[in-house]
Order: sequence, then structure tokens, then C-alpha cells
Amino acid sequence: MLFSLEQISYRRAGRAVLSDLTADLAEGTTALVGPSGAGKSTLLRLLNRLADPHAGTVHYRGRDVRDYDVLALRREVALVPQLPALLAGTVANNVSYGPRLRGEECDIDCALALAGLDASFAGRTAYQLSVGEQQRVMLARALALEPRVLLLDEPTAALDERARDAIERTLLEVSARMSAGLIFVTHDRAQARRLADRLVHIDNGRIATGLGPRP
Amino acid sequence: MILAIHLSLAQVAATLALVAIAAAVSGWQRADLERDIAVATFRSFLQLTAIGYVIKLIFDQNKLIFVLALIAAMVIFGAFTARRRARRVPGAFWPLLIALALAGTATLALVVALGVFQARARYLVPVGGMVIGNAMTAAAVALNRLGDDIADAAPQIEATLALGATAGQAMRPILQRSLRSGMIPLIDSTKTTGLIFFPGTMVGMLLAGAAPIDAVRLQLTLLYVLLGSVALAALTAVLLAYRNFFTSAHQLREPC
Repeated sequence: MLFSLEQISYRRAGRAVLSDLTADLAEGTTALVGPSGAGKSTLLRLLNRLADPHAGTVHYRGRDVRDYDVLALRREVALVPQLPALLAGTVANNVSYGPRLRGEECDIDCALALAGLDASFAGRTAYQLSVGEQQRVMLARALALEPRVLLLDEPTAALDERARDAIERTLLEVSARMSAGLIFVTHDRAQARRLADRLVHIDNGRIATGLGPRP
Repeated sequence: MILAIHLSLAQVAATLALVAIAAAVSGWQRADLERDIAVATFRSFLQLTAIGYVIKLIFDQNKLIFVLALIAAMVIFGAFTARRRARRVPGAFWPLLIALALAGTATLALVVALGVFQARARYLVPVGGMVIGNAMTAAAVALNRLGDDIADAAPQIEATLALGATAGQAMRPILQRSLRSGMIPLIDSTKTTGLIFFPGTMVGMLLAGAAPIDAVRLQLTLLYVLLGSVALAALTAVLLAYRNFFTSAHQLREPC
């Protein structure tokens, strides 16, 4: 099993965001669906330890996530947040950031191509790109880490229909390349059905319908 | 030759006319600062008079232990005061205390070691007071900026942590900005000194009858000493305080 969540509880400002949640997330592509505020994004952040649950445990490949080196875990389980949050400078500077932290180089053009951007983007200023392009740079930046698992938080929330369709095509290609899995959050059930092997429906901090294969 | 200036209490009281102008302006423009002006006037009178007698005692004794005790008291009070301006920084007191103590002791030790001032109460007390006062302002401004920037840039910080960056790596641009915020006011005032304003030490020496060149040299010495101490204080405060925003697993803590 890729991730096993056991009786997870998480509170924010005294309010329960996740309550006694238990679930298994298998390899492949999984969509976490549910209404806004259901706890989907929080759940995603627990998977690569951007946060720890107040109760319960998260296992990754059979081991408690707290037993991994946290920085190595985040490189192996890369997360792309909902809103573009790029560094100042060029697209290339952003894409190569993660590998450079380890003193490694990366194939920037390849990462851009995987995210659906051509090599001419490398020299452009990150802040001057459209939201859709920034979203793709965020994706390229995560892919440059060569992660085994990719976590995506509402990857198309800020995009129009045309840009959304283009990103979805890219995500289908990316998911085929991921060695272990792709887990994404969406409030759009139709999108979940288009992209995912299985859906996990979360409502009010709990699993609402359990796991199931794509209908 | 330096001539000491003696002012009577009546002369000091006469300057309250200027305070009355400040209060009148506030009342006329409804700035609602009259009470603050009254408190500031009363506190400054009380505090400076009290410290005047303390300094007189320390000068008369001329023992290093009294100097150290006074500087320690200034450091502690400075850390408490600066903490109030860094409300968004959790556990800001200890970073501020260490920053002010380090800036104060390192600066004074260095100027004594370089032979700029003698290790006597008459020199160490006023220089120490200036150093800690300026260090306090710089550290408070730097931490205030740190707290605001972390609150504003939390999504960017988390996005960087998600790429496998340590808290220190994710914070680098914010730490740079905080440090700049703490240091820029003094750097700017150092740039414009003599052109736009005369700094306090120089004014004091000129009023006391010192030769202008002597006044300038002492002022320059103090400005350069302050630049070093302010940098040390802002850097120490920022480097120690940012850690309180993160867990040991490089997670950004939820705001309290």
C-alpha cells in the first residue's frame, strides 16, 4: 500500500479539520474529492509531512512517515500547492531549485516538456507568466525532483476551461510516468472521474464513501 | 576647553511650552495623542531623572561591576520593550535578549580592545546605552518585518519546504529582507548625517563647548560603532527568532 492513514485527527484553531479518518491509498492515480473545507488539502499536506496529525499515524510504503528523513520524503513525495508560489527570478531558476538544494543539476528542458512547456520558457521571468503557465512551472519544478509520488492540490482550480483541459491532458501523461502514484485534490467529481483510477470522497473531515474504482 | 552646562529645573520646565504646542496640535487636529504626549513627557522626566542619579552613583563609584549591572538592566528592559513591537513572532523575548546582550558586550569589548574608549564608567555607560538603544530599535524593526513577511508569504514558504528545502533555505529571502529592514534606518541616517540633521552626541558636545572637530570625531566614532552593533543585533535576533515559526521537522507552525 502506498499510504495508510490510521485514525487521523487534525485540528486548526481549535476546529476539527480531520476526525478519526482511516483510509488506504493504493498506487496509481487517486482523486481526493469533496466540498470546500472538507479537509482534502490538509490530508494532502500530511502525506509529505508539511504537517503532522494531532492523533493517528500516516504510513508510507509500510513505514511511519516520521521514520523517514523528512527532506528526503518531501523529494520522493513531491507536492504542488493549489496557488502558484514561485521564487523570484527565471523559470529555469525555479525548476532547478529543488535539485540545486542537493547540489545536483537537472534537465530543465525535460522537466518543462513534461509539464507541457517548451524550452523557450526557461529564460522567462516567473512572475510575468499567466496563472496557467505558473501552474505548469510549479508542476515542472516538482517533476525536476524526479519524485515517486506526486501530490497535486486543486491543479486546475484557477484556470479557465481550455487551460484546464490542457493541464488534464498533461496530468494524464505525467501519471503514466510516475513510478508509484499521483494523488490529487479536486472539488470537481467529473474531473476526478476523467483522471483518477479511484476516488476517495471526503466530507466534514471524514471518509464519506470509502474507496472505489473509477465508475 | 569643555564647559559644563548647568540648567535649572525652571529652565527645563520652560521647554514644556513646546510640549504644550504638540498637545495643542494634537487636540486641534483630533489626532487623539494628548494623553500619549502627557505620558511620554512625564515618563521621560521620571526615567531620565532616575537614570541621572543612577549614572551619577556609578560614575562616583567607577566600578566595572556597576557598569555591567546597569547594562544588563538595559538589555533586559530593551528586550521586553522590543518584544511588544514583535507581537507576531512567537517567543521573541529570548532572541531579543540574546541579540541585545551580544551586540552590547561585543561592541563595548571591541571599542575598549581597539583603544577607542577606556574601560571606565564615564565612557562605557553612555556608549552602552546608545548601543543597546539602537540595537533594540533595529532588532524590533527586523522582527516586526519577519513576523509580517512570514504571515504574508506562508504559501510560498510551504511551497519551498515541499521541494525538500530546510526551514533556513525556505526562509532565506525573508531573512534578508528582515535584516535590511532593521539596518536601513541607521544606514540612511548615517548617510545624511551632517547634511539633514546633526546627531545627538555632536549637538551635546557643541552645546557643552567642545571644539567642532572633536565633536565630529566622537560622533563619527559612535556612528561606526552603532553600525556594527545594529547589524549584530538584527542578525542575531532574526536568525534566532525565525526558528520559532518552525517545528524540528521543518514544518511551518500554524499561527497562534
